Amino acid sequence: MQEFTKEMRKTHTILIPSMLPIHFQFLKRILINAGYKVEILQSEDTNIIEEGLRYVHNDTCYPALLVIGQMIQALKSGKYDQNHVALAITQTGGGCRASNYIHLLRKALVQAGFENVPVISANASHLEKNSGFRFTTKMLWQLLFAFLYGDLLVWLRNQCQPYEIHKGDTKCVVDQWIEKLNEQFNSIQYIHLEKNLKAMIHDFSYIKRTYEKKVKVGIVGEIYMKYSPLGNNHLEEYLMSEGCEPVVSGVLDFALYCLENVSIDHVYYRRNKQVYGFAKIASSYIQHLQNKAIKILKKEGTFRYPESFKEVKDCSIDMIDRGVKMGEGWLLTSEMVSLIRQDVNNIVCCQPFGCLPNHIVAKGMMRKIKNKYPMANVALIDYDPSATKVNQENRIKLMLSNAKFMEEFDKV
Amino acid sequence: MSYKVGIDVGSTTLKVIILDEQNAILYKSYERHKSCVREMLIKKIKELQEILQENSFKVSITGSAGLGISQEMELPFVQEVYASALAIKKYYPQTDVAIELGGEDAKIIFLNGALEERMNSTCAGGTGAFIDQMASLLNVDLKEMDELSLQHSKIYPIASRCGVFAKSDIQPLINQGARKSDLSASIFQAVVDQCITGLAQGRAIEGTVLFLGGPLYFLKGLQERFKETLQLDNNHAIFPSLSPYFIALGSAMYADSQKIEITYDDLLTLSQKLLDKTSQIEGLQPLFKNEQEYVEFKERHHTHDVAYTNIEEYYGNAWLGIDAGSTTTKLVLIDENNHILYESYTNNLGNPIDVIKKEIIKIYHKIGNRIHIVHSAATGYGEALMLDAFQLDFGVVETMAHYRAAKYFNPNVDFIIDIGGQDMKCFRVKNHKIDDILLNEACSSGCGSFLENFANLMGYSVKEFAKIATFAKHPVDLGTRCTVFMNSSVKQAQKNGASIEDIAAGLCMSVVKNALYKVIRAKNKDDIGKEIVVQGGTFLNDSVLRSFELEIGRNVIRPSIAHLMGAYGAALMAKDKQELKSSILGLEDLENFTHESKSVNCGLCKNHCNLTINTFSNHKKHIAGNKCERPTIGRIKKENLPNLYDYKYQYLRNLKTEKGSFGKIGIPLVLNMYEFLPFWHTFFTKLGFEVVVSKPLTKSIYAKSQQTIASDTICYPAKVVHGHIQTLIEDGITTIFYPCMSYNVDEHMSDNHFNCPVVAYYPEVIQANMKLDHIQMLSPYVYMTNQKVLVKEMRKCLTEHGYPCSSKDVKKAMDAARIAYREFKNKVLCEGQKAIKFAKENNKRMIVLAGRPYHIDPMIHHGIHHLLNNLGFVVLSEDSIPKQVEMPSIHVLNQWSFHARLYQAAQFVSKHPNMELIQLVSFGCGIDAITADEVKAILKRNQRMYTQIKIDEVDNLGAIYIRCRSLQAAMEEREEDLCKNSQKK
Repeated sequence: MQEFTKEMRKTHTILIPSMLPIHFQFLKRILINAGYKVEILQSEDTNIIEEGLRYVHNDTCYPALLVIGQMIQALKSGKYDQNHVALAITQTGGGCRASNYIHLLRKALVQAGFENVPVISANASHLEKNSGFRFTTKMLWQLLFAFLYGDLLVWLRNQCQPYEIHKGDTKCVVDQWIEKLNEQFNSIQYIHLEKNLKAMIHDFSYIKRTYEKKVKVGIVGEIYMKYSPLGNNHLEEYLMSEGCEPVVSGVLDFALYCLENVSIDHVYYRRNKQVYGFAKIASSYIQHLQNKAIKILKKEGTFRYPESFKEVKDCSIDMIDRGVKMGEGWLLTSEMVSLIRQDVNNIVCCQPFGCLPNHIVAKGMMRKIKNKYPMANVALIDYDPSATKVNQENRIKLMLSNAKFMEEFDKV
Repeated sequence: MSYKVGIDVGSTTLKVIILDEQNAILYKSYERHKSCVREMLIKKIKELQEILQENSFKVSITGSAGLGISQEMELPFVQEVYASALAIKKYYPQTDVAIELGGEDAKIIFLNGALEERMNSTCAGGTGAFIDQMASLLNVDLKEMDELSLQHSKIYPIASRCGVFAKSDIQPLINQGARKSDLSASIFQAVVDQCITGLAQGRAIEGTVLFLGGPLYFLKGLQERFKETLQLDNNHAIFPSLSPYFIALGSAMYADSQKIEITYDDLLTLSQKLLDKTSQIEGLQPLFKNEQEYVEFKERHHTHDVAYTNIEEYYGNAWLGIDAGSTTTKLVLIDENNHILYESYTNNLGNPIDVIKKEIIKIYHKIGNRIHIVHSAATGYGEALMLDAFQLDFGVVETMAHYRAAKYFNPNVDFIIDIGGQDMKCFRVKNHKIDDILLNEACSSGCGSFLENFANLMGYSVKEFAKIATFAKHPVDLGTRCTVFMNSSVKQAQKNGASIEDIAAGLCMSVVKNALYKVIRAKNKDDIGKEIVVQGGTFLNDSVLRSFELEIGRNVIRPSIAHLMGAYGAALMAKDKQELKSSILGLEDLENFTHESKSVNCGLCKNHCNLTINTFSNHKKHIAGNKCERPTIGRIKKENLPNLYDYKYQYLRNLKTEKGSFGKIGIPLVLNMYEFLPFWHTFFTKLGFEVVVSKPLTKSIYAKSQQTIASDTICYPAKVVHGHIQTLIEDGITTIFYPCMSYNVDEHMSDNHFNCPVVAYYPEVIQANMKLDHIQMLSPYVYMTNQKVLVKEMRKCLTEHGYPCSSKDVKKAMDAARIAYREFKNKVLCEGQKAIKFAKENNKRMIVLAGRPYHIDPMIHHGIHHLLNNLGFVVLSEDSIPKQVEMPSIHVLNQWSFHARLYQAAQFVSKHPNMELIQLVSFGCGIDAITADEVKAILKRNQRMYTQIKIDEVDNLGAIYIRCRSLQAAMEEREEDLCKNSQKK
């Protein structure tokens, strides 16, 4: 097991599998600023899946197959000097299988003949240490803002792109803002949330848009499948091409959910004595920032604003216990309810085939959601190395025609 | 007003309906398109000229294969479920629920209350295509099958999880001689069950139910099963006469809402677009670059042809081998030089005994007095049946027979892969011994019958199919998955305009890839071996053979008798015995030989196994389907070998409680409760509850609870929970205790002590999906590691639910509970030690049947532990293994308590001779995808065998029996070697 040492910072390029296309561009800049050499893997080659199937147990969940396949494919591509490259992967440390991705990656590397490539574990639970890689306070601070901005950009983009009159206008604004913010990460400017957000809203509101009514479709699910275009076959784009407006909640909610669980574990089981205080402070600060952003969105008025984390958290309290904390846990149920409360009745719930927590929090809760919100129209889509796009699209189409049907049904 | 045309392009059929101005049906048609969707549609359009020429009309297309076509023709498309909902609303407004079975899809629409429409998930068979497959398995056509099913006298439980599974359930029943009428009805019942679990997902199917789609229209037997299962009378079950056309009808109605009107000439022009479509997809490399490559390939493989001796001219001794496989029966007669005198390969036609009888009689007629059959052997699924019926001399484990045959062709063979009709077997050979056996799991069966079904579906025979594949220019990449997935891959390829040739070649390649990457899980070319022999009927298909060679980049040996290797091996082994006398039935006995089979329910124990009893004319009997030996040898057990699974189960069942002031509390004996029952049982008894543990689950109660299962892909032990809760409800229990547990007990063997998400939170699913109106369910989040927290939580929970008790009482009860739990654990450990001692003293072999505590549920393990006892093994459980001093080195995060025990058990087994490990894995257990590799690595590091058994609803031990026997044979061999080695020294 090769460790990532201090010396490697200068010599090794760290490869990171992409998950959130916008957010990770900020991540890259922040890491570069901190003195690392970084590349985000964007490849969508078809043999990613094949490499994944070859080196990972086939019954493992789909995200592991994709992420590991993507990394091995990159290593095999010859684009990188094998002696000067490292890999980074997140490790959550919960009761779900995802905590084991890094180990599966290491096994795969040995089998593929890359055992000398160091693997960095990005985790908050101190599961593994890498002497050469450390999140400094400054980096964490920057990352927090980066993800907040990322969430806001996605939120605004999804409200503009489906309605834009000149194709590409929205993308243009998004790209400008990625560049602008990346510039700001060189200094302390990024910290001016209010100024940035107002300017951002201003820029987006100037995009020429039609005022037709489009069907809104929420996307929830296992975190990788929810956000990664490689995982969900470009679901957001597909929905837009079908004449819908995708509604995707931010990844900071997931971070807050993780922090919340630290406190819940303390309340329920008296665990985490040392860290729960810190988790509480961190959580309330992040919520403070989020609420500030929501307030600004509200005040400017042009665009819809998301529910605050507290609202999201509380809205499923009568359905599922807060103790359900593996995978996306109670958050997933909450997100569905939150969407419905915002009149987004149509939801695609993405999960890897056989996802264990989703048996409970998604499939297991459907009945309760349906009973309380009869208008809920949820398509549960399983993603799998061999499930074809046609299959998935047909099910999404069913959900969409359902949406139409329900409207008419209601009239009758 | 104008005509409305609705076109429904389904996965197997093309349906067209035309409505006139008054919405009366002017024309309707229903035809199978055999995957030539485009050609068929163009032909259809031409046929419609007469009707459509005069008027302008509106068109809309629907159906699972219709999306691509509508895009190419630029015609409106309507999702098929939406289309049928439209039609239902108009024609049958009283409908509450509509169920539609199509060729490959199953759908349900709930119309009363909140509208819900659902399709089968990506992993679910049980549709029209599945019924087709089953009919061909029974060797009847659909009509016969339907008629047969109406005469059934009993229903066998057949797994309804997925079509492929059901198939592996039915096969052994056929081999055991079960009646076709019963089987037909059972198959329909499986479809019904599948439909209910897969689609209802917790919502009850009640009220007036409308049944749609081809199969539900044509098959009366299926209708009957649905009606009976859902308890519907004739007023509440509607089978519309328009059923097969219903979606097309909806499509026509949808067309009416569209603005665009076209003329017949427009339609004709648009349809031409379908023809212009050429292959868009980038194909794989062709199998053969040119003719010459093909010739060379053919010549190379001809060198492995077996020699024949003319049976009419030969004088002397001969040896007979019979391989009674799952779909086919193989028979080989060899001479002194191992040349073949006679061979046969016949489809069982659902009745292997008659087939073999005919063949042996044929042989007797040919050999006269010239040739003398001196010994005979049987192997395969039907081994025991053949031995009893024809009094062959001995039985051979399938794996050994195959290895013996492969060795004949290459003495240094180190890898054998056999792809047959239903199963796939791979053996690694090390030091001339079978070292590792890999079998396909029931789910990923990309085997021979898979190709055959696809070929038939497209209107070809397998042979033709293989031939057209040979010279395909751009084989399609279809991925590797089970049949259901493959169907949709093929659909996608067709949508993209791939030719039949390319699809045929692609299917051959995916069979190979499935074997290599799913079953063998080869990492690289050298991983599987250097001296490879391929066999099984599927490899007679040159395209499959070639794909295999291309994929591994190495030439392999394929004997000309690839399909007969099991029988050939058995014959060789019969010859190896050097016996001179055979007990096989003579010609006269055979000619008078008759047999009769009937099925009964065994009454000797609570299992009530479905027995199939074959009675032969010599009054011998063969009993199959039993899980223990009692029906075959009478009430007395031969010997009582220690069995920790029985011990644990009995222990839990015999816990004592008494009447208390708080009344009754029900505890479902499920998942984590198998670990903690002694704890909670004592706890509640001490507090003043009368504890009622859920009774052993019966199939009928489980069936009743099936509708409430929310996720059809969840593991079976979780599904069973619904049944146990139902059992408690039916026993009149009103308070149920079933806690949630994120964390398990910390045994200090792992980095963390989580439960898996399903075990941890299943009570949440129960509360969300089962009707618990008058039931009080106590599901606190408990944490066993911290006494204080646990006391507080339990007190709070009990008080909230109307059972006030003081902290002191709770604490006292908990202390007693802890002692009871510890006692249980210790007793299990002691019993384990006793069993090991017994085995050593009596020179018995031991098996650690390593699973999870809940695998001791009789509904879940299906009696595997008794099967092992019957084979002479002492059975240990994973938690009867003492904690190891030396922790095994593990390359994954060891964070689940139950799974940490598996690593410990593997470590323990590695250190003990005469002991092997079998890992029990529940189908769909995601965590075992991680643990299985680790357990295997620990065993392999210590040169031990790894055997995995996947269990699910499938209630048939046939394949498992073969595995266990192979393991037994390997252990025997190993012991013999040890003996020889010590003698040498």
